[in-house]
This record gives sequence, C-alpha cells and structure tokens, in this order.
Amino acid sequence: MAKTPVTFTLNDTEAALFVDPGASLVDVLRRGAGDLTPKQGCAQGTCGACTVLIDGVPHLSCLTLAETVQGRRVDTAGGLADGPALHPLQRAFIDGFAAQCGFCTSGMLMAAKALLDHNANPTRDEVIEAISGNLCRCTGYEPIVDAILSAAAQMRGQPALQQGAL
Amino acid sequence: MTIHKGRGFACINYPIGMNLGGDPSQALVHSTPDGKFMVALSSIDLGQGMKSVTRQIASETLGVPVEDVYVDTADSDTGPHCMGSFASRGTHRVGNAVIRAAAEARKQMMEAAAEELEVNASDLDTDGAGNIHVKGAPGRSITVAETAIAAQFKQGRTLSGRGIFLVPPSEADPETGDMTPVTCFAHAALVIDLEVDDETGEVEVTEINSAYEVGRALNPKLVEQQLIGGAWMGVSHALYETTEPYYPRRDHGPEDFNTYLQPGPGQITPHHIAVLERPAEDAPFGGKGPGEMCANPVLPAVANAVYNAVGVRCDQLPITPEKVLKGIRANGGARPQGAR
Ligand code: FES
Ligand code: FES
Repeated sequence: MAKTPVTFTLNDTEAALFVDPGASLVDVLRRGAGDLTPKQGCAQGTCGACTVLIDGVPHLSCLTLAETVQGRRVDTAGGLADGPALHPLQRAFIDGFAAQCGFCTSGMLMAAKALLDHNANPTRDEVIEAISGNLCRCTGYEPIVDAILSAAAQMRGQPALQQGAL
Repeated sequence: MTIHKGRGFACINYPIGMNLGGDPSQALVHSTPDGKFMVALSSIDLGQGMKSVTRQIASETLGVPVEDVYVDTADSDTGPHCMGSFASRGTHRVGNAVIRAAAEARKQMMEAAAEELEVNASDLDTDGAGNIHVKGAPGRSITVAETAIAAQFKQGRTLSGRGIFLVPPSEADPETGDMTPVTCFAHAALVIDLEVDDETGEVEVTEINSAYEVGRALNPKLVEQQLIGGAWMGVSHALYETTEPYYPRRDHGPEDFNTYLQPGPGQITPHHIAVLERPAEDAPFGGKGPGEMCANPVLPAVANAVYNAVGVRCDQLPITPEKVLKGIRANGGARPQGAR
C-alpha cells in the first residue's frame, strides 16, 4: 500500500517520514524516527507507557494514527534533557529513586510534564490525577508522586523536597 | 453500613537463594587498557538494582572508584553462568562471586603496579580514588590507569579475575530429614491496618508498618525502594490481582489492564519501614538482600487484618469484596474480633 509522507516537529527538530497507512505514532516514533523513549506496553491504551505530548497535550501514541500528527508538534521524553543538562523532572526521578525497571518512566515523565506546563504548583491529588492513566509495576507510585512534586517545587525556585520514608 | 477497622500481623523467615542440586553463580572481571574495570555477569537486572550493587561490591573489592567500574549483564549466551535473578539470591550469590573475581583482578593489578614501582606487591595499597601507593608513603604511587597501560602494553599481563560462589547441594538425611538448603535467612515483620466496608465488602489498606532484617543494606536507598514497591505489589496480590475470573464464567476473566485489577497512584498507603542490619557471615559485605520478601508478609497480614475487622477468614487470594461479603453473610453478619 502507498505510504503517506508525514512531517512534524519532534522535540525541536523537523521529522519527515513515510508512514504505512494505519501505523501507530509509537511505532513510527520508535522505528521510523529512532526515538526509543516512548514504550509500547499494551498497544491498547491501558498502560500509559507510550504517552507523548501532541501540541502540549498528553496522548497515548499507541492509539494515535501517525498520519494525524502532520504539521503538529510531538514531544517525547527523548527531548526533555537539554544536552547533558537533565530536565528537573528527570533529576527528581533519579534523586527520588522513582524508577526501578524504568519501563513506565518515559510515560510518567511526559504525563507529569503536561501537568507542570500548565500548573506550576499542583496539589498531591492533582499529581495523582495526572498520572492515573499510567501503570507502574515496580515503585508503588509513591516515589513517582514525590518526585513530581519535588520537581515542581524546584521549577518554582524552591528547594527540592525531602524524599523517602526511611 | 459500617466501616470496620482491622489490624493484622505477619512475620517471615526468608531463605536467601534456593538449593536444588547446588546454587552457583559466576562473575568475570577484567580491566580495559585505560584502567576501568568491566564486570561480566549473566545475572539480569530487572530493576531491583543488581547492577548497582555488584558495581559497588566490585569497586570496594578492587579498591577503585565506583565510576570506574562497569557491569555488563547483557547476554547469558556469552556471559559467565548464573542460575538467575530469583529467590532473592542476587546480592548474596552473585555478590560473593564478584568479590572473588574482583579480588583476583586486584591481586594482578597490585603485582603489575609493584613491577612498575619496583617494590613488593604486599607493600602496596589502593586509595579508592584511582591510585596505588606504597603503604605509609603516599608520594610513591602510580595511577590505576598507568598500571593498566603498563600491564597491557609493557608487561603483557591481564588484570582480570574469575569468581564463582556455590552453595553446594544438600541431601536430606534419610533418618532425620536434616539438611542445609540455604546458608542464611532474612527476616521481616509487618503490620497492616485496614478498613472493611460490611455493605460493599471493600477492603482499604490504610497503613503499613514493617521491620526488615536484610543483613547489611548495601545500598540503603535501593533497599527502601524495593520494600516500598514490593509492599505495594503485596497489597495488590492480597486484594486485587488474579488471572482467574472474579465470577464463575471464564469469559468474565481479566483480559487486559482494564480488567486485571491493581491499585493505582490514588491508593498509595503510607508505609513506615525500619531496616535492621545484622550482617550475615557468608554474605558479601554482610548483605543478604530484600528481594521477594518485600511482598511476602503483606498477604498473610492483610488476611489476618480482614479477619480481625469482620471475622471472615479468607483462605484464597485475592480477598475480593465478593469473598468478604459471602463470609459476612455465612457468619450472619460482621463479627469484629476487637483490638488485640
Ligand atoms: S502502549 Fe499505549 S497505553 Fe499501553
Ligand atoms: S519502574 Fe517498572 S514499571 Fe514503573
């Protein structure tokens, strides 16, 4: 079948790819654009591991047809760091031990980024709501919630929150 | 409708590793020509921290900075043999193998440095910052990198080591049944507080308090991380997860993450942990490791707490609202067991 040309902005660079009809965005990002940060956990919209931002709004890239991002902006966890300088969310996830196997991490980071981009001072409940579509098998979620709150504090210019129950 | 509070307790002795005809793991350590060290393992890191802990163990044994040690667990086809990452055996079995391999590599490193400095290897020590010096004379020194370069390009010597740790097979004495299947145990005690709704049968865990004895906590943050995540999984197994249908017909069974239930970020339970350190004699730097027992005591403690709350003894997991309600009905109503 004929492929469709799709051009979009992927983390500040222009991506121009030929995609198969019906190809999912996660597939095109991973195989076409070589950005392996969006993970495909379930391919049916139930785990959140594939979360990316399209024009700033979180989307499940496994359920998004690649052709629909024509002319739009896609942000993935691969674009969070500025060269060697990590995004405050990434820093907080590392400092707060908010990942074990790391499979959920890209999706968690992008869901969190979408929240912090429009709400610099979220409550704990708002953080929980923001990641409630993202499954994590390893951490028990608490370190992730703490890390997001800590990153938010840091981005507001406050010191990172003290983390850990031990 | 009444909400009944319940408290349940469980404690476990957890055997580290298994023994079905012997339990070995191997490690290989070698230096790169620029004085970094590579630890090759077939012991897979699933997120539990195998790479971090074996890296620390290798660095401590070699006497070189942790940044200069790399752990490669890439391929069980080409790597040294390991029984696997299970039975909470990683830190103990693999860690011991890494100590032996790193000790052999260190011996060669010291001999190579001794040749360069024209002294006896036994007179040398490492400073842990990348230098090897004459004991008592820190000025007479050579860097690990220079040593590795000399060994490789001048002396024609490898800085490498082999290690294996084996818990040998233990046959049961036919008369007494006596055997030694494991060499050390870890221990835990855990208290669950929860609430049971006697109208809906729903159970909500409200607080977890636990004490874990894991030998030495080689990486305290990793230990804490495993215990928190593992307890979450224990609650999930106790109350939600099953591949069987909650209701009799197979087509009511879970098929995906929408119907295979797990608690989400909205159901985080406060968990207070006390880690007790009693280093085990045969463990690497005393560390036994938490592993599977992060989740284990949670299940019986939840079952005991449900009994304490409403007098229903569930002997099948998960403890679903349906099972709780059926139990309450069979008893002719909730029977709180009261504070104990
Ligand atoms: S892979 Fe997209 S939601 Fe699971
Ligand atoms: S860290 Fe493993 S799924 Fe979240």
